[in-house]
Amino acid sequence: MILSTLVVLGSLVSVLVVVLLRGAPALSVSMLTQTSTGGYYLGKEGGILNAIIGSAYLVGGATAIAVVISLPTALYLNEYASRSKLASFARQSLDVLWSVPSIIYGVFGFTLMVYLGIRASLLGGIMALALLELPIMIRAMDEVMRMIPLKLKESSYALGATKLETALNVTVRQASPGVTMGVLLAVGRAIGDAASVLFTAGYTDSIPRSLFDPVASLPLAVFFQLGTPFPEVQQRAYASGFILLVIVLSLNVASRLLTKRAAAYAIK
Amino acid sequence: MKVERLSKTHISVQKLNVFYEGHHALKDVTVDIPEKQITCIIGPSGCGKTTFLKSLDRLIDLTENVEVTGRILFDGIDVLDKQVDILDIRKRMGLIAQTPNPLPMSIYDNVAYGLRIHGTSDKRELDETVERCLQVSSLWNEVKNRLTEPASKLSAGQQQRLCLARALAVRPEVLLCDEPTSSLDPISAGHIERQLFALRQDYTIVFVTHTLRQAKRLADHVIFLYLGQLVEHGPTETIFTNPSDPRTKAYIEGAFG
Repeated sequence: MILSTLVVLGSLVSVLVVVLLRGAPALSVSMLTQTSTGGYYLGKEGGILNAIIGSAYLVGGATAIAVVISLPTALYLNEYASRSKLASFARQSLDVLWSVPSIIYGVFGFTLMVYLGIRASLLGGIMALALLELPIMIRAMDEVMRMIPLKLKESSYALGATKLETALNVTVRQASPGVTMGVLLAVGRAIGDAASVLFTAGYTDSIPRSLFDPVASLPLAVFFQLGTPFPEVQQRAYASGFILLVIVLSLNVASRLLTKRAAAYAIK
Repeated sequence: MKVERLSKTHISVQKLNVFYEGHHALKDVTVDIPEKQITCIIGPSGCGKTTFLKSLDRLIDLTENVEVTGRILFDGIDVLDKQVDILDIRKRMGLIAQTPNPLPMSIYDNVAYGLRIHGTSDKRELDETVERCLQVSSLWNEVKNRLTEPASKLSAGQQQRLCLARALAVRPEVLLCDEPTSSLDPISAGHIERQLFALRQDYTIVFVTHTLRQAKRLADHVIFLYLGQLVEHGPTETIFTNPSDPRTKAYIEGAFG
């Protein structure tokens, strides 16, 4: 037990240390506050603000769309269709979608964009990432909602509540820690995913000003900068990776805190 | 000493049959439940007491693969008629469950919940009802300074009194109690019992219990169910001192249970 804990902790720490050591020479405040100049392949100047903001736009938009679709879907699966064939088929399909590699979402999103006549853009990236997030969110929410005891809903029905009132007031509240967890799980996966935004969002040195502009992202910043033959730019890749890691880790901590807060009113 | 009070029928159950996936849980149960009295349903575990109770407000609909036949006339309305507004029926029949089951919200919101879903949004009316109901369930003094705290922070006994207040908030006519004291410590159980006993002035109370002494203390009327059949029913005095069926006699003498 202690050994396995050490192995897990050790790998986390060593990843952090290696990335930090290799990226340290390039890490600076300007990395965080400036957009890059001189092309992203060769860019030895400026920062990666374009990628940080780009990732925030992409993940923010995708998560908003995914939540709006996931929550009603999970509620429907539990309150209205709980043990139907439709529900079990939907769950199985979602599990398959969950394990679909993200490059497939990228390619699928790209095909969709070709049909719709959209270029590589913020909109395209948001679509692909939303697709990637959906199965994770729905299944995570679905699992916590399934664990809510019937007795709890019964006390709402016994007061003359409708299914909808029970779903919105009892199920959502009781499941809110799990829902928060599910959302942040999906955000964590989306923010670090390079493959799905590779074709769909493109890459750029500037911050997008509309949904139809191409947009940079952190994972692709790492990818492109590491692919150059220049050691200075490779250092910048590690620095970008470190920034991404810090963001993911803080999301993780935030999810723990938020989940705890959301659990305050839940019935144990 | 209880005085026999004359009372008209509030709920009339006629030829009630319930099947769970082929299992015949209630068999041709026909009985009248008098208004503003306590009717206790007694019988050994698995005899259909809870099933009977859940049929009255059709909460049994939430169970899968269940079939209910017969008639349950509540103020002349057949509860089992699928056309009937069951939400209104459920509003008029409060439920106190076996284990306290507060909703995942604050103490205040738990009591206000029923009113809100039935369309009350006036803050003053909500405040008044919450206070009145918490006082009836004698919880007010313990929680008046912590109404916004999660209901899950209360003790089990307090939670059950909260559930009573929640049920009373929508002004029901009937209280369905499914062994509401069985999971509580003796002091909390006594609390709940005394409150329900006082409430029989204003409410028709149907009370499931497997404790004979509790039935003796509370009931005006007793219904004895055994293996899904109604064996005997009548005034408490008669059932306990002079039962007509040998099975009732054996049960109240503690021969089985």
